[in-house]
Amino acid sequence: MPDKISFKLNEKPVELAVDGDRTLLWVLRTDLGLTGTKFGCGEGYCGCCTILLNQRAARSCQLQVKDVAGKEVVTIEGLAKDGKLHPLQKAFMDHDGMQCGYCTPGMIMTGVGLLRLNLQPTEKQIVSGMEKNFCRCGAHVRIIAAIQQAAAELKGA
Amino acid sequence: MKTEDYLAHNFRDLGGIEDIFTSNRRDFLKRVGGGIMIFVAIQDALFAQEGAPVRNRMRPPSDFNAFLRIGEDGRVTCLTGKIEMGQGIITSLPQMLAEELDTPLATVDIKLGDTDECPYDMGTWGSMSTRGFGPALRAAAAEAKGVLLSLAAEKLKVPQEQLVARDGIIFDSKNEKSRVTYGELAKGQKIEKHLETKPAVKDVAEFKISGQPHTRRDGEAKVTGKADYAADIRVPGMLYAKILRPPAHGAKLKSADTAPAKEIAGVQIVQDGDFIAVLHEFPDVAEDALEKIKPEWDKPEATFDDKTVFDHFQKIAPEPRVLKSGGDLDAGKNSAAKKFDATYLNSYVAHSPMETHAALCQIEGDHATVWVSTQNPFAAREKVAGVLGFPVEKVRVITPYVGGGFGGKTDNQQAAEAARLAKAVDKPVQVMWNREEEFFYDTFRPAAVVKINSGVDDAGKMAFWDYDVYFAGERGAQQFYTVPNHRTAARGGGFGAAREVHPFATGSWRAPGNNTNTFARESHIDVMAAGAGVDPVQFRLNNLKDHRMIRVLKAAADKFGWTSAKFPSKRGYGVACGIDAGTYVAGIAEVGVDADTGNVHVKRVVCAQDMGVVINPEGAQIQLEGCVTMGLGYALAEEVHFNGGEILDTNYDSYELPRFSWVPKIESVFITNNETPPQGGGEPAIILMGALVANGIYDATGARLFQLPMTPDRIKAALQKV
Repeated sequence: MPDKISFKLNEKPVELAVDGDRTLLWVLRTDLGLTGTKFGCGEGYCGCCTILLNQRAARSCQLQVKDVAGKEVVTIEGLAKDGKLHPLQKAFMDHDGMQCGYCTPGMIMTGVGLLRLNLQPTEKQIVSGMEKNFCRCGAHVRIIAAIQQAAAELKGA
Repeated sequence: MKTEDYLAHNFRDLGGIEDIFTSNRRDFLKRVGGGIMIFVAIQDALFAQEGAPVRNRMRPPSDFNAFLRIGEDGRVTCLTGKIEMGQGIITSLPQMLAEELDTPLATVDIKLGDTDECPYDMGTWGSMSTRGFGPALRAAAAEAKGVLLSLAAEKLKVPQEQLVARDGIIFDSKNEKSRVTYGELAKGQKIEKHLETKPAVKDVAEFKISGQPHTRRDGEAKVTGKADYAADIRVPGMLYAKILRPPAHGAKLKSADTAPAKEIAGVQIVQDGDFIAVLHEFPDVAEDALEKIKPEWDKPEATFDDKTVFDHFQKIAPEPRVLKSGGDLDAGKNSAAKKFDATYLNSYVAHSPMETHAALCQIEGDHATVWVSTQNPFAAREKVAGVLGFPVEKVRVITPYVGGGFGGKTDNQQAAEAARLAKAVDKPVQVMWNREEEFFYDTFRPAAVVKINSGVDDAGKMAFWDYDVYFAGERGAQQFYTVPNHRTAARGGGFGAAREVHPFATGSWRAPGNNTNTFARESHIDVMAAGAGVDPVQFRLNNLKDHRMIRVLKAAADKFGWTSAKFPSKRGYGVACGIDAGTYVAGIAEVGVDADTGNVHVKRVVCAQDMGVVINPEGAQIQLEGCVTMGLGYALAEEVHFNGGEILDTNYDSYELPRFSWVPKIESVFITNNETPPQGGGEPAIILMGALVANGIYDATGARLFQLPMTPDRIKAALQKV
């Protein structure tokens, strides 16, 4: 039987009649049509499916939809505010922090999660914070530069 | 990639294609409406003049394969069958067009990889987009500008020589107020031009848009989640399919009870012999249902695995095919003061793009639309047409953004699966492989063996070079050092070899063959330098006459701040050179080795590259960084584990990709070389990484590694021999 599950998604309340054991990633991508969150490995290794759960980066392939009941979920689609990109999105563009772009939503969500915990990360802290996100094209150096730029901008804001 | 390799891989001779193109072209022209249109057939002499391979064994494209239109709104549209998978042609091709047409970059649109709208293209690989397609596109743009100028001369009643084009406007150089825009000129026109002779294109010195760094045009779509990949496409009524997979290549299904899966509400099962698929409106439910099917399989006996594969290769290797030889090897051996004999190995490597293979097929009446993650949409179209029994013109393949390819998205199996299932259930069906399927069906970079026998004379000059490569392919096998007595031979082809060679499919992997060959050659050059007691940079310079190679090597050494020392110097410096896709590349790395753990940290890589004219320096730099980073994977960790047809790696727990902490400081030098047309940029630097790291480890520790990847265990074993 479907369960009724309510949570906040990209600042709007949602209520789903859904089997609570289903994987959050697929509920986001299919039931809710938010395809910006990507499937990469399905086992929590690669970080392509990263979202924010109560402001913290979390892997949606490792969450069941019942895990987010009553909580706040932000996906890549919900990061821009009032048509204005988040400084980290902008920084990814400025630094060409992507090639194929498939890992990008997960990279950005992980980066935003990192900056929420630590607004002035050192390069070492950025590297260790991003270590479990994979990019096959090799955009790593640019991603680090983008996070540094966003950190500087957010600190000044 | 060599011409033969292209043809061996995914190309079938297509009889009767001309008719298809002719009829398609009529429809095509109807759809695009008015304006000025330029068609180019890349396969003509114009292309050959640029030094790129003419694939004359291929009949298509017989009509045209690049298309450029200037619309009545003044916008310029480029339509091409190539695709964007991260390499950046979505930016560099419009740059070339805008440059040649003298129109702002913002007025140029590009449409990629749609088989209904874009002209035929064989596929996006081999660093051919800028190198091969670029010149034709520039020529088309130059032709279009010629048409615009002649129209403007008529309209403004000014001699054509007196006209100047700038920013999408043509004006009279003697009276700038007398002007007309490209849009105004295109209005009411229906001009169709076929490029037959090569129009004059701009000299590099005149470039204003090309040669300037530009950030990606798809950046915003990619940072907002709006960029759609094949698995992101949604159509009403679609189902998601999960397919039952064998435990090993070559396994046969004995039995499967599908009843438990059927009990799940909404599940639909398709069974056709060995092929069993579970479909549902949610992919995760389909996957859960599939897991309830308990199949029994007959597995073929494994005859070799990832450890014994190298012996297997040497047992089955065919007679050598000599690629190049000169002088007299025996004379060389006699004149050599020191001889060096070594065998180099590398394992199978996965492409492992972050986006797994995906496709969605929608059939409407006698027509099908398929969204595919592919490097060759036209081959996907053929494959789907074959599965559905449709004529190819009734199949439209649309290529959304591709989430990485690296040579691995060319088989289109997932498109065939989606089509087969869509036909079976009469609904749109999406197939997206999970990571285990991606590893299982990947067309791996082949494992390979290279044997080198060489010698140096008393003066430190190479006296002879005898080289045999087994099953890696010949790209990059031919050496460029000056050696009087030499022989280079290939035993067995590269990727795509028969099943007796590899127990699973192999394919092209970013710079196919060249990673293996450059690792072996450049390691061996270092072995010789060490044996001769000469600094490895100096040893190379002493044995080089090719001025482009000397120039890149010196540039890398300068940028790095190379100083001579007795090697191994304990500094961890490694050097390597190579040629790929027409580009010359030399690198120097600094590595650190932890003798206790066997861990290697590559601290710094300096790479000098001569790639001819650089169209987008930002893009070239990014591709170089990508090569260095991705290359660390095959150098240090990536290795497919298997037992016969069983692939033991199913996810990233056992198969490692490069991570943030591995990435060195990457510095580059791009040689200014405007005498050479643009060459490949997406592959060259990656070929160096094996030898750069191996030579760096030698310099740091005195230990020589002969096998890729250089895992901590192999490094510890090598250290014990020092």
